[in-house]
Formats: sequence, structure tokens, C-alpha cells
Amino acid sequence: MKEEDSVAEILGNDIVEDIIMPSLGADMTEGMLVEWLVKPGDPVKRGDVIAVIETQKGAIDMEVYHTGVISEILHEPIVTLPVGTVMARVTLTEPGERAKVTPLDSVTVTPLDSVTVTPLDSISLTHVETSTPLASPVVRKMAMDQRLDLTEVKGSGPLGAILLRDLSGSNIDRTNAIEVDDAINTKKAMRGAIASAMSKSKNEIPHFYQSLDIELGNALQWLKRTNEDRAPDQHILLLALLLKAAAKALMKYPDLNGFYQNNQFVHAEEIHIGNVISLRQGGLVVPAIHNVDKLSVDETMEAIRDISVRGRSGHLRSSELTDATITITNMGERGTDTVFGVIYPPQVAIIGFGKVRETPQLVDGDLVNSEVMSVCLSADHRVIDGMLGAKFLNALSKQLQKPELL
Amino acid sequence: MNAQTLTYREALRAGIEQALEDDERVFLMGEDVGRYGGCYAVSKGLFDYYGEQRIIDTPLCESGFVGVGIGAAMGGLRPIIEVMTVNFSLLAMDQIVNSAATLRHMSGGQFNIPVVIRMACGAGRQLAAQHSHSWENFYAHIPGLKVLSPGTHTDARHMLGQALRDPDPVIIFEHVMLLNESGEVSEAPEADMESALVRRLGDDVTLITYGGSLHKALDAADKLAELNISAEVVDLRCLRPLDTDTFLSSVAKTHRAIIIDEGWKTCGLAGEISAIIMEQGFWSLDAPVKRVCTAEVPIPYPSHLEQAALPQVEQIVEMAQAIMEGR
Repeated sequence: MKEEDSVAEILGNDIVEDIIMPSLGADMTEGMLVEWLVKPGDPVKRGDVIAVIETQKGAIDMEVYHTGVISEILHEPIVTLPVGTVMARVTLTEPGERAKVTPLDSVTVTPLDSVTVTPLDSISLTHVETSTPLASPVVRKMAMDQRLDLTEVKGSGPLGAILLRDLSGSNIDRTNAIEVDDAINTKKAMRGAIASAMSKSKNEIPHFYQSLDIELGNALQWLKRTNEDRAPDQHILLLALLLKAAAKALMKYPDLNGFYQNNQFVHAEEIHIGNVISLRQGGLVVPAIHNVDKLSVDETMEAIRDISVRGRSGHLRSSELTDATITITNMGERGTDTVFGVIYPPQVAIIGFGKVRETPQLVDGDLVNSEVMSVCLSADHRVIDGMLGAKFLNALSKQLQKPELL
Repeated sequence: MNAQTLTYREALRAGIEQALEDDERVFLMGEDVGRYGGCYAVSKGLFDYYGEQRIIDTPLCESGFVGVGIGAAMGGLRPIIEVMTVNFSLLAMDQIVNSAATLRHMSGGQFNIPVVIRMACGAGRQLAAQHSHSWENFYAHIPGLKVLSPGTHTDARHMLGQALRDPDPVIIFEHVMLLNESGEVSEAPEADMESALVRRLGDDVTLITYGGSLHKALDAADKLAELNISAEVVDLRCLRPLDTDTFLSSVAKTHRAIIIDEGWKTCGLAGEISAIIMEQGFWSLDAPVKRVCTAEVPIPYPSHLEQAALPQVEQIVEMAQAIMEGR
């Protein structure tokens, strides 16, 4: 009964949530708080951008995950803070906002067997569920040091706590990230981040590659027609069609869309496609366009423009950098015929789009001019087999033959 | 290193004999230590050899003869005071806590008290509630004292000599259940008296213990090995000051700790060690620290109830299995 009282007490009072320096990927150790966009007393709602932080991945607009009022600002810019540092606090205004506060059933630790003549005191434990997973201290330390994302780990300990053994054999990044001497030296740091993610990928993921030349005549025709009446800044680019086609093919073959973690594949419900954007100063960012399957071609194009601009100016949102379910890399006109991509862990596939090339083809014995693109699927063979890859690429091709339906 | 096999009692006696031989300032004093040869026969034969000047029988007055010992130490002698058992040491508590432990401090460093006080301790001999105590924690609580708990025959043999060389008062606890046990005694001490020792290497769980519970922890480690659980056993040896580095580095390796302590759990040494692990070793833990202690009852007289109240090997094994399984 006591436990219930204390839970009620928690509910009766203001619920305050910490706003912490987020981890935007397994390789991030710290971030630089550049600017607050809120001050104490400001109301915020989930998704609002509240601060600008500079990371290895460039300047990021930091979102708040709760709806409430900023009650405290704990660090003033410009300061470099380790991931997990409490930066500010928000007092929740909507009771439902908080991760549910429900007492679990009291768990009774059973007494030792009959040899123990004095049974252990029954210990009843009450667990207040929070957004942070229960984990043993050594696991927490390891998560902090090695930037592991514990929310992805299933715990086997008491009350589902994550123990050391739950980490062994898992696919979580344990490689030490490159030491960042100078947070401002983001270029070097970004190189380090790319190095660590790509090394991990190539060390752990058994890649296989399949390529298909996809006929793009119809798609390019459709684009030409559609763009005729549009102002240049309203033009739809081929990339929008490629993204839409990929999303539709993924709906048909969802086993390419998701994450390989803890020795198993977890299918992602939503289709968030990461787009590799190379930066002029060097390096890459891979922001995701969310729910591509639910966007129109125009909306997709708008999203592409949006992330390109923000990616290059350093105003990507934290969620965009972390929740892609699959990635595409598109070399464009200045690219190569084929690109064999390296999977961004823990995703299981990356689609590489080569450049469009004109090529002679035999159609019914006649040589015709054809516009094709080599599309290369790099897939994780732990999850995906060649037949599925082939089906996916052919489905993608099929989608691109009817651009008006995308 | 040459080793010989002695009983724990013989090892203690050999330690006293050597101390008497090495330093003429050393003498043994206590109830029945002389003509009778000691309540537990530790000093048997010494009176005949060394005579009543150095093996001194005292009246039944712990407060008196412990006080005399403290005075003798202040005066330049090196007394070994035998308090028959820890149970009676309460009567000398004022002398030990208020005089021996404090006089160096109170005299501004002018007087140190190089007294060694030996006392038998522990349960298991059906001596009932008044004669079965484990009060190492009382003495380990007191700044100014050093508290030793020899759990091996080599420590029984050599810790007295180490204690006598210490300039401050040292209490030595000799567990009554060990006295008749035979074991190997090395010619030299295994370590200085204030160091804990890893008695068995392991990877999965650290069993931290001392004195009369050491062999239980080692037996449990054997049983756990059969269950594929690799237990490391840390013998504290010195309960004040505690060698925290040794058990903390062991826990840093195994990530799990069980403390086995014949004292009662509440306000005991096991709780102190657990708190140190929380303060200094928290981030290495993969499971809550556990304690196997004596049941919170006056020690029963009937043998089966007495054994049921005391920490047992099976409990340690169970506890280790439980934390390994994440229960």
C-alpha cells in the first residue's frame, strides 16, 4: 500500500523532466551548446526546437520531447557538454505527457530453499516506469563510455533490468570513438564519426551487393512534362521519384526496412529514408525524410529541398539524424555509373543510385537509345537473402516505369 | 617456502612462543592462561617454560587486567592480553575504547599503546546466546584500534608478531571453530597485517569474508565451480583499517559481490563493506551487493538451530546462483 501512496504523491506534484544533451548516434560523446532558443518560464511543446547544439554532425536544432514549461536552464552557452548532461528542466503541464507512471505488480523475491532456515526477508519492489530502461550500474557506465543506446536492449534481469550479459553478442557499438580534442574541429570529428560507423559496418555486417539497370525513360519523360509549367525552384527532381519508388517497394518488401540489433532483425513500422548529403566542406550528413510512403511526390520534393538546405546550413533536427530505417545514396549527374554503398548500422540496407546514362539497347532487334540507371542494393546477409534483394530491385524498377502513380 | 602442518591452536601458540623469544618485553596475561594453559589451551605449556613473570594468571576482572595491560604498554612493555572470549570483552570495553584507542590522541602523541588484545570469538560450539558472539564490528568501529581476523593457519601463526610490532593497540579475533582444525603454516607471513588477500581467483562473483567464515566461502567457491560459476574469495584479514582496494578491484572485475559475515546483518561489517562498494565501486556492479549473515536472533543453544542461524555454505551457493541468474 505504501508504494501506491508514494506513486500518488509523485502524480500529485509537478512532474519535472530533465532535458539532456542528446546522443545523435552511437559515436557521439559530447555536444556544444551554442544557443538557447527558450528561457525559463517559456511554454514548450513536444517537437519544439529549444536550442542549437554543435556536434560532430554539424549544428543541430535540438527538439524538446515534452510539453510543459521550461523551469530551469542549467548551462549557459557556449559550452561543451558530455552526452547525457542535464541541460535544462521542463515542468510538464499535460499529465499524459510523462512516460506512464504505473506501479508494476509487487515482485516478491522468494526465500532461499530449505537449507536456509532463516528465509530472506521478502522484499517487495515497486517499479516506476520511466523512459530510461532499468540497467545495472556497470551497464550504465558502459553505455555512457561507449555510447550504447540501451533503449534497444532487452533486459533479462529483475524487473527487466539490463545486465552485462544482455550486452554480450549484441550489435551495439563498442568501438571506442575517436577522441575529440577540440569540439570546434567538427570536420575532423565528423571524419571520425564516419570512420567509426563505417568500420563497424564493414567489420560486422556481411554485405552483399546486387545491381539492376533500371530503365528511366518514362520517369524522365514524366518529369520533363511535369516541370514544364513550373518555376525552376518548384521543379521535381528525379531523386523525389527514386525516394517514392523506394518507399513503395519497401512497403512490399518490409524486411529491408528496419534494424539488426541483439542478433535479430526488428522490422520498422515506418519508412524513414536517410539521404546521404555530402557537405561542401567535406564529410556527410544523413538526415532522414520521415514517412516517405505517406508523402506525395511534391511533398517528398519539398522534404528533399528542406533537408538539403538545412543539412548544408547546419540546422538539422536531432530526430532526423537518428531515426532513418534505411538509407539511399545518390551520386547525381556528377557521380559514377554504380555506387556500392556501405550500410549504416543498425540498418540492414542501403540503396545506391548511379548516374543516368544513355545507352544503346536492343528492342525487338532494333537498336534504340535508352536512359538507364544502375541501382545497387547493399544488403545485410544476416537478414536478407539474394532472392529478396532481387525482388526488391525489380519492384523498384516497376514503380519507376509508372511515375504518374507514385 | 617450507610449510608445516599445525592446528590453528598450535599455530597461535607458536606465534606467542616466538614473540616471547624475540622480545623480552613481551608477556602474556589473562584468565587461566598460566597454570591451566588457557581456556582454549592455546598457552598450554608456556607457564612451565617461561614462568609466572611472563605468563600471568589474572583474577576474573577484564576491566582490571586489560587496564593493566594498557598501562604496561604505556610503560614500555609489549603485553599480549588474552580476554578469554569476545563475550567478556564488554567488561573491558571502557579500557579498550576509552583508553587504549584514545590515549595517543589525548596525550598529543606522547603515549602510544602497543598492546595486543587477543580474544576468542564466534559461535558453533553450542555455548548458547551469551557465549557465541561475533562483535568484530564493535571494535572495527573505533578509530585508534586495529582489528585483525586471522582466517588461515599462517595468519594465526604470524599475525601476532605483526601486531606486536605495531605501535598502536591491536585486537586479534580467534574463531573458536578453527582451533582444532589442521592446516599448513608457512614460515613467513603472506602479507603485511593490514592487507586483504585474494584466497581464490574467480571471474563471476566476489565472496568477501574473514575469519571463521573464510573456509565456508572457499567451500562455496568449490561448489560453485561445479556449477560453472567462478567465485573469487577475498579474505579481509584486517577489519580496521579495511583494505578497500583489494575487494574493490575484485568487484571491478567480477561485477558482483556477496559478503559473508558471522555478525548480525543489521549495523554490521557486511553493511559497511557494502556501503564502500556503493560509494566507490557502484559503476562496476552488475547486481545488487548481497549479504549472508547470521540470523537476527540470540544464538540458539540446540545444535540444529545454532547451525540454522549461522551463515552456511549452501546459502552462499544459493545467493551466488541467484545473482548470476539475475534473480
